[in-house]
Amino acid sequence: MYKKHSFTEAFIRNLFVWIFIAFAIFPFIWIFSASINPSNTLLGQSLIPKNFTWDRYIEFFTNEQHPFGLWILNSIKVSGITAIFTVILAALGAYAFSRFRFKGRRTGLLSLLLVQMFPQMLAMVAIYLLLLNIGKYISWLGLNQHISLIMVYLGGAMGFNMWLMKGYFDTISYSLEESAMIDGATHFQSFLRIILPLARPILAVIFILQFIGTYSDFILASILLSSKENYTLAVGLRLFITGQYTTRWGMFATASIIGALPIMMIFLLLQNQLVSGLTRGGVKE
Amino acid sequence: MTMKNLLFSISLKILILGILDALAIWSIITIIFDGYYWVGGILSLGVIIINYIFLSEKAYPFRYMVPGLIFLIIMVIYPIFYTIFVSFTNYGTGHILSKEQVIEQFENQYYLSEDNATYTYQVFKNNYGDLKVILYSLNGESYLCENEKKIIKVNLSDSRFIDIDKDGIIDQFDGYKKLDKIQIIQSLNELQNLRFKKDEYFIKLVSLTEFKVYSKKYQFDSLEDRLLDLKNGIIYYPIEGYFVSEQGERLAPGFRVSIGFKNFIRLIKSPQISNPFLRVFGWTFLWAFLSVITTFALGLTLAIVLNDPYLKFRKIYRTLLILPYSIPAFISCLIWRGFFNTEVGIVNRILNNFFQVIIPWLQDPIWAKVALVIVNLWLGFPYMMIITLGALQSIPSELGEAASIDGASGWQQFKKITFPLLLVSLAPLLIGSFAFNFNNFNVIYLVTQGRPAIPGAGTPAGSTDILISYTYRLAFEGVRGNQWGLASAVSLIIFIIVAIISAVGFRYTRALEEISKNV
Repeated sequence: MYKKHSFTEAFIRNLFVWIFIAFAIFPFIWIFSASINPSNTLLGQSLIPKNFTWDRYIEFFTNEQHPFGLWILNSIKVSGITAIFTVILAALGAYAFSRFRFKGRRTGLLSLLLVQMFPQMLAMVAIYLLLLNIGKYISWLGLNQHISLIMVYLGGAMGFNMWLMKGYFDTISYSLEESAMIDGATHFQSFLRIILPLARPILAVIFILQFIGTYSDFILASILLSSKENYTLAVGLRLFITGQYTTRWGMFATASIIGALPIMMIFLLLQNQLVSGLTRGGVKE
Repeated sequence: MTMKNLLFSISLKILILGILDALAIWSIITIIFDGYYWVGGILSLGVIIINYIFLSEKAYPFRYMVPGLIFLIIMVIYPIFYTIFVSFTNYGTGHILSKEQVIEQFENQYYLSEDNATYTYQVFKNNYGDLKVILYSLNGESYLCENEKKIIKVNLSDSRFIDIDKDGIIDQFDGYKKLDKIQIIQSLNELQNLRFKKDEYFIKLVSLTEFKVYSKKYQFDSLEDRLLDLKNGIIYYPIEGYFVSEQGERLAPGFRVSIGFKNFIRLIKSPQISNPFLRVFGWTFLWAFLSVITTFALGLTLAIVLNDPYLKFRKIYRTLLILPYSIPAFISCLIWRGFFNTEVGIVNRILNNFFQVIIPWLQDPIWAKVALVIVNLWLGFPYMMIITLGALQSIPSELGEAASIDGASGWQQFKKITFPLLLVSLAPLLIGSFAFNFNNFNVIYLVTQGRPAIPGAGTPAGSTDILISYTYRLAFEGVRGNQWGLASAVSLIIFIIVAIISAVGFRYTRALEEISKNV
């Protein structure tokens, strides 16, 4: 249905695309301009500042009242640990579902599928009350602890990722494992030495998607975390800027840029893989 | 595996399992002693199952699943059931404690009455600093008292009480010596903390010269299930989480109790709650629908243009267009909120420069909704563009070629061939996107926070709130405290809607077929 275009036609098409490119990237330019503008306020900002300053980037690391760097480190720590354990635990579970035939397997798979349909945040009240009560007995597993936040994320990640990983394991042929087991390998050894290396692509995809997803979560972190030194970036940045847009705009812009960088870099580097993963994942052929 | 290795791995397994069991049993005992029999029972069952899985060869496959499933069960499945449970209770601010705890609180309340017996006193102290007090009642009886202990009637003519200067006042006994006025004032703090027990009452210092009897205020009658006010003779009955008198007077605090379908009935029938709730309910559907339509329309258009092999710089265009998708949504939402600032935000500055209009983006209910749809369009169109590009590639080009030989125009080809085929392959993703936006908390909460508020709403509800943000505000941001019961009821309603949407979505996916195929 595509033909070679005349010059005007091509021009109109390009113009059309550029209008939406402008829509897509304008916020990036405007935020960057805000971050180097000497005036910290919304009002004082212009697209191309008359003079510029890197002061805000220095302040980012030195602001003691709002430790942005610490918040980003917290986010990276929580997301990283969550992503690693998601990969390990989901791979173990998926291996069992993929390679063993046992009573309850079908029910188990069906329940996984059902459970992963419901966003975990729907049960936020129950999760909050659960951790509130656990905290009365074991304070390091209660509210306002990174470890409990990680455990909450891990629970939420299991359904979907175990399911996804099981689908991938199913495509790996049995023959290698069979010959390994004839040579006396145990199930666990063949999981460790054969399946995991062959499944490296899906392990990487799940690690990255889980990292991005956890890094971007706001709601669960905001319910559980209550002290400044424990905030993740999502919670800290929101509290920093709410009600203060007119006076803290420049600093907010700087923190946004630095906070978005880790995710943006991962995304742009792995663009092709993630894009093809998104397309393949859902499309029914 | 050699015999030695096997032996080693088995003993290691038993050692680790043993340590974990010891910890588990210890915590279960603690929990049961605290009266949480249910939790203790379920935990014990869990421990038994885990032991079985790791010791029995039959349960071998489950060993791989246990670590992941523990988190899934504790952090997802249990909370789902607990949400259902809480939605039928009045749990929340004012109803935090259980009935037993509240009764205990009431039974520990005492009051001071003018008619109650008054005592004069003398204080004695021994070398270790322990205090004892002798109280004298008005009718001449004397009592020996110690903190938190029952008072004992004594006869002062007993030989252990020694009156050295023969002035009729005891000066020392059993190694305790009398304190004079100045010493009493010095240890006043200590004296004020003394409580002497007498039957149902206790005796406490009320002024520098007297001790007085404090009477118990409430007594719970467990046979009749009612609370008696011993002071005024009022009887309170437990009604829906409060002790209420026949005149309708309520005692605070209330306790948590099952209230049946009351939360759901309030959402539908109580006008102060149901009006805002129904508006939130309606807007949630409209919002999800508008989100899918707008992002899909733009994503589809751009995908078709970018799919054109004759367009130059397609790769660069694609990368630039998916940039919004590459940053965490919470950051974009917070940024857009600044853009929509009515006085000095960039959107209004541009509108003012070119069209001389100022739009109250975040103050007006309609414009706030428009702002949200624009933000979501920016966030969501790259995803739609990516999936459409993928689906376009899977449509065989021969179809289009055949149609153009038959004389179909480009538009006809799109309408009759490309678009229907696209819809077939994208339907599950569009339904998924609907479900996602139905619960798109980040955009709503971080851009408008659900505001502007609905006037006259009895609960924190705004005109841009969707069900999930409404739940959050009920549970954690209410003016009248946390309404966990009501919030859980709203959650449960969302659960049901999500289940229905997913059931529809299932008809378009092969997930179910996959399960049956594999067994």
